[in-house]
Amino acid sequence: MEKIVTNEQSGSEGSSVSGLFGAVLKRDLMLAYRKKSDLFNPLIFFLMVATLFPLGVSPEPEFLAEIAPGVVWVAALLATLLSMDGLFKSDFEDGTLEQTLLSPQPLFVVVLAKVLAHWMMSGLPLALLAPLLAVMLFLPAEGMSGLMLSLLLGTPTLSLVGAIGAALTVGLRKGGVLISLLVLPLYIPVLIFGTSAVQAAVTGLPLAGFFALLGAILALGLVLAPLAIGAALRISVSG
Amino acid sequence: MSFESFSEFIAMGGHGFYVWLSYAIALIVIVINIVNPARQKKKIVSDLVRRLRRENKSS
Amino acid sequence: MSEKKNWMPRWFYQLASPRWSYDIMGKLLPGFTVAALLFLVVGTVWALAFAPSDYQQGNSFRIIYIHVPSAVLAQSCYMMMAIAGAIGLIWKMKVADMVAKSCAPIGATMALLALATGAIWGKPTWGSWWVWDARLTSMLILLFLYLGVIALYSAIENEAMAAKSAAVLALVGLVNIPIIKYSVDWWNTLHQPATFKLTERPAMATEMWLPLLVMVIGFYCFFAVSLMMRTRNEILVRERRASWVKELVGKQ
Repeated sequence: MEKIVTNEQSGSEGSSVSGLFGAVLKRDLMLAYRKKSDLFNPLIFFLMVATLFPLGVSPEPEFLAEIAPGVVWVAALLATLLSMDGLFKSDFEDGTLEQTLLSPQPLFVVVLAKVLAHWMMSGLPLALLAPLLAVMLFLPAEGMSGLMLSLLLGTPTLSLVGAIGAALTVGLRKGGVLISLLVLPLYIPVLIFGTSAVQAAVTGLPLAGFFALLGAILALGLVLAPLAIGAALRISVSG
Repeated sequence: MSFESFSEFIAMGGHGFYVWLSYAIALIVIVINIVNPARQKKKIVSDLVRRLRRENKSS
Repeated sequence: MSEKKNWMPRWFYQLASPRWSYDIMGKLLPGFTVAALLFLVVGTVWALAFAPSDYQQGNSFRIIYIHVPSAVLAQSCYMMMAIAGAIGLIWKMKVADMVAKSCAPIGATMALLALATGAIWGKPTWGSWWVWDARLTSMLILLFLYLGVIALYSAIENEAMAAKSAAVLALVGLVNIPIIKYSVDWWNTLHQPATFKLTERPAMATEMWLPLLVMVIGFYCFFAVSLMMRTRNEILVRERRASWVKELVGKQ
């Protein structure tokens, strides 16, 4: 085969892919770290939404304990959605995204790294903050591990699916509401299995099945979502 | 024929309201789905005709 | 390029030509209109007057002849939209994009019709307008998916870009539909005590399902008519600068 001239650095293939993944991940994490409001706003939103439920429905502990898994999950879902809008926005505006698409690096890896960075800045803190909310909503202590584990397994899928919506709407001025419309129906399976896992944990039923299902959805998302995100980004950037 | 008389047919064994409401909604939905594109087409064609005339005049 | 084997039939390539598609759809339209009218009228009369009433639900059972065809059509319309979108993405076929765009509003209204008839049917059967039944809930989510696709179409001004974006979204939805359906079914069995199912009946009598079949065929013919009308409109709009469109319009 002829040698194709590219601006790719010489080096072995395997290390360059993992190097690329690490570099994108590090860059996105650093950017997020420098802009701390983006990091904290979804968390504050998460707390506020969960506070609205006792105020809006009833402060009775028994009642709250019953709806707690659903409330925490719905709040986490909305908080992830809120942070989704900015995933590709700044890269799109300063032209980095176009450069990334033009570069010979595999888009799959870049996208995966960006989504992972996003998850570490949104899903992971949400999962860590969830026990606090669970205590406020009187979720029984037995459900705590189920809640955290289901969020840890479920929120990466939310980030992956949400990124498809973000990629489709990145070129639009009013993308925010549209993302929710596009993505929320796709979040339903994760929501159902996530809350069911917590409820099963509270009642002492076996949990492994739910985690297996959440894991299966995550595995499917890891393989397919980056392809869709990549295609959507190409369409959004170059038409 | 599963009905004895016309009034029985209208009453549908007490469920007339529900049955006729469903069929009426279905009729409306189907008619809208046919009439809407037909009206659209009229508008598109008249727009195109106007454009064409304008272009012929200017050239 | 004679060495390359043509593994696609000729009409598939011809479909890529908007003009050819416009003409062939114009030729097919009258036939499908007559068929749709025939099947729908015969099916409706049969369903309302001649089909036997259900021994449990009485005459409210006759709603099935609207509910099931619209639900079936809503689902297959989504599949068609996603497949047409995929063809548009892969082969860059403009007509496929237009078909996909025309599918969305028809599918959405069909999902809406299925939901409305389901709710109306639920009132005499369950005693309430809405029950979180697995089928109804899945249909509601399908309607949301349609609305998302329509919203995306209207949000992007560039036609080609909107078509591609909506195709990606429709394909993502298509992958998700089985997962959503499974999860909702599962959620339903967890929360719902065994209730009377809307459409699940142990074997339907022949005199009951035959009119249903007629209605389903009628709905598909209606779908074809509406789809072709919309697609022809879309072709006219997108090809407004082509000379054949100008000729066509000039004749009128």
